[in-house]
Amino acid sequence: MTDHRDSDGGDWLEASARERVTGLLDPGTFVEFIGPEQRVMSPHLARFDLTGAFDDGVVLGRGRLAGKDVFAAAQEGRFLGGAFGEVHGAKFVGLLRTATAGAGKGRPAAVLLLLDTGGVRLQEANAGELAISEIINCIIEARLAGIAVVALIGGRAGAFGGGSIITACCSRVGISEHGRISVSGPEVIETNKGVEEFDSMDRALVWRVTGGRTRYLMGGADTYIKSRIGDFREAAIPLIENPPPFSIDTLEAEHRRLSDRVRVYGECRDAPEIWTKAGLPEPDRVTEVSDDAFLLLPRLKEAGHDAR
Amino acid sequence: METFRVQGTALRPARGERRYALTGVNASGNLEVLAERVLGHHECEVEVATAVIGFRELWVAVINEFFARSSPGGLRFSINDGGARPDMVSLRLMQALRLMEVGS
Amino acid sequence: MTDWHKQRHLRQACLDKANRFARGKMVSPEDTKALLEAVIRPGDRVCLEGDNQKQADFLAEMLASVDPSRIHDLHIIQTGIVLQEHLDLFERGIARKLDFSYSEPQGAALARALSSGKIELGAIHTYLELFSRYFVDLTPHVALIAAVSADRDGNLYTGPNTEDTPTIVEATAFKSGIVIAQVNEVVDKVPRIDIPGGLVDFIVKSDRPFYVEPLFTRDPAVLTETQILMAMLAIKGIYAEYGIKRLNHGIGFATAAIELLLPTYGERLGLKGKIATHWALNPHPTLIPAIESGWVEQIHCFGSEVGMGDYMAARSDVYFTGYDGSLRSNRMICQTAGLYACDMFIGSTLQIDLEGNSSALTVDRIVGLGGAPNMGSDPRGRRHPSDAWLKAGAERAGGPVLYPRGRKLVVQILETFGDKMAPSFVERLDSLELAKRFKLQLPPVMIYGDEVTHIVTEEGIANLLLCRNAAEHEQAIRGVAGFTEIGRGRDRKAVESLRQRGVIRRPEDLGIDVLDASRQLLAARSIKDLVTWSGGLYQAPSRFRNW
Repeated sequence: MTDHRDSDGGDWLEASARERVTGLLDPGTFVEFIGPEQRVMSPHLARFDLTGAFDDGVVLGRGRLAGKDVFAAAQEGRFLGGAFGEVHGAKFVGLLRTATAGAGKGRPAAVLLLLDTGGVRLQEANAGELAISEIINCIIEARLAGIAVVALIGGRAGAFGGGSIITACCSRVGISEHGRISVSGPEVIETNKGVEEFDSMDRALVWRVTGGRTRYLMGGADTYIKSRIGDFREAAIPLIENPPPFSIDTLEAEHRRLSDRVRVYGECRDAPEIWTKAGLPEPDRVTEVSDDAFLLLPRLKEAGHDAR
Repeated sequence: METFRVQGTALRPARGERRYALTGVNASGNLEVLAERVLGHHECEVEVATAVIGFRELWVAVINEFFARSSPGGLRFSINDGGARPDMVSLRLMQALRLMEVGS
Repeated sequence: MTDWHKQRHLRQACLDKANRFARGKMVSPEDTKALLEAVIRPGDRVCLEGDNQKQADFLAEMLASVDPSRIHDLHIIQTGIVLQEHLDLFERGIARKLDFSYSEPQGAALARALSSGKIELGAIHTYLELFSRYFVDLTPHVALIAAVSADRDGNLYTGPNTEDTPTIVEATAFKSGIVIAQVNEVVDKVPRIDIPGGLVDFIVKSDRPFYVEPLFTRDPAVLTETQILMAMLAIKGIYAEYGIKRLNHGIGFATAAIELLLPTYGERLGLKGKIATHWALNPHPTLIPAIESGWVEQIHCFGSEVGMGDYMAARSDVYFTGYDGSLRSNRMICQTAGLYACDMFIGSTLQIDLEGNSSALTVDRIVGLGGAPNMGSDPRGRRHPSDAWLKAGAERAGGPVLYPRGRKLVVQILETFGDKMAPSFVERLDSLELAKRFKLQLPPVMIYGDEVTHIVTEEGIANLLLCRNAAEHEQAIRGVAGFTEIGRGRDRKAVESLRQRGVIRRPEDLGIDVLDASRQLLAARSIKDLVTWSGGLYQAPSRFRNW
């Protein structure tokens, strides 16, 4: 805990969207599309007396990752919770379509989605929902065209709501300890089902159930990433290789693995119960040990799949 | 919501070649500042969009102080404010200027 | 024949009445209400342990449920008004008069209760004053305390949250009072004896562990560049300048930033071993990196802090720990230590006026005073010298004197604007309005203007010791008050002249570039980082977790 220079790019959690994407890609190769100076902003927020963001909260463009051409989009999780609005969503759709069409210099090997989102922007709800659906469509199209679509999650907002569904449609998922993936937010679960079902103030519980370590051990994410931007870069490089084909077989395999998961672990009320059932050592210490110690733990046998 | 513009004169133009720079985030207590080199050498300007109304006079004082101390000739600064306090506003303006002067 | 043992006889009479509820010293939870009704008499002075952190919450609940026709008009003497039950006592007529020190959690409710005439206020005290009065004119008849565990002889283990207990028991037990303790568990042998059984009359094992407020945990993730800038100013412009080795930090974000900058910025300035070595301080998790980096010789604590127990037990060279391994804290002793054995207090506040008087109260919240006024004052009775103390005294004197006196540094560190754009610098403190509204003899002031030696804001440092008269003192304050009305009302020429003399120093005068104040400078940027620094020993409370 003594190195404070940013040779490894700094903390992912601390960094802005722009810092993440420029730190992830090969130095000097990132070219931003529809940057803030273009002022392509939300036309809706002013009606709600809200100020906007010059890039509507998402930074995207193209660059190289270990020499390979890639496209990338990074959400600014601190702006309106990284939520999807009309322009924000349209930028994603445009990026994915451009990638798939192979316009300009040719088709990129991968599209990296640096998600940091609470879901749909309430003030732009319909447009946000539509955008998410379109994004999912575009991801499928990209995958069918052989482009790896890789989700990288580790920001404060996690990947919630539509953002989690987008994540689940990706070829590969990388996540850090601080990251979370879940459709419903903790407060929403508590409000609807009661505090006995889910105490949203119990943050340790929230991370045990939706956090990066749990997702990784169970196979909900493919790679567990340590906390620095340099670690995300190192993890992303292999993640863009050899994506699973998007086919009926893949889909059916995914349905099978998810059904198995519900069958075997469906009665478990908390992660340590799952770890106990799966035979992991020291189930209560999984969230407490260091990253290095965590990486030595065996994953559930279902985790090493290619069904996504 | 309030939007307004504060114009000033600068003794000298800001150094550097950079066309534009962005710093900060529009989040609670914070602000986003976009600096652009689009004005005449001795002109400077700040455009503000803020949802916290009634503090225009304070903004003007902070901005005029920034103009006087830093002389950012040629630069326009555009702000999306998330309810930042004056010290944060000064800091972000200075950060944006620094980025324009030294790049990266 | 004069009876010189009236109190002792009264005590015995109460004990006789209570005996049928006790087996030895043990009383069941179901009999607690009856016990209280047996030993407490109307008009008694009762100390219900409402410390800064630890609360005898079960006993508070029981006391608030007694029959007001039997137990009424009690005089409540306790440091902290923290729980709802503390106010229920007055609502129900069980208690009538109040002397206390700290009430932040119930600030608004207390203000309302005072307004409605339910409470006859004695005075708002500082901790040390109230403790002192326990022994002079506010000695409790009955003390209701909280301990971790007890054995059947009544020996108590109070553990890391020992806090006020020894002081309360000392005053009560040795003046024929009655001491009743709620404990988390009864054991054969307590890990260490914090309170000897002979001083304890009754023990109740409550159904849940006593409540402890986590108060001193500040999340590094929310520290701003401004707070980091102020911390840099303080370290370079004050700590290094005066060679501050012995100190007390009030709780706050700016002081948390200072703690987190020692191993980085402080190291860069070559200050290790020269500053911040000996502390009167609660167990701030944000000091962990400095401790681990070898900056700290030792710390005495007022109380404990949730999650820090194992870490402190593993660092007995630094913290005061018992033969059982766990922390021993003591608020009265630490307050005295902070007053006499420290060369500097530094803390934050809500408002400062033109004379430098400060306060954290607002007109509809009475938060009390706590211990800051003690820490933030110059003990005129001090006689032992230190370099920092002598230097500050010499600055105050302004020239050679026959009888040199030192001066404790009392530093206020705060941003010029607070939450919701409220200016920190004001013409008049809300305390004045408060005093009028609640008919207080004294407007509550946290630290008086003539005690403050330095003010640090993002605009720079004002050294009030170097001000030669009231006009300079006012301009020095205006000169660091930023864009507040107070700041904008400065006499620019006067402020510039103060700056020439070094009375006001801007960041650039100290060689600090404002843009260097970045979060990258913090030794830990998150609670998780603190856990990592501690080797996993620090167990962050759930509300701070994001992993």
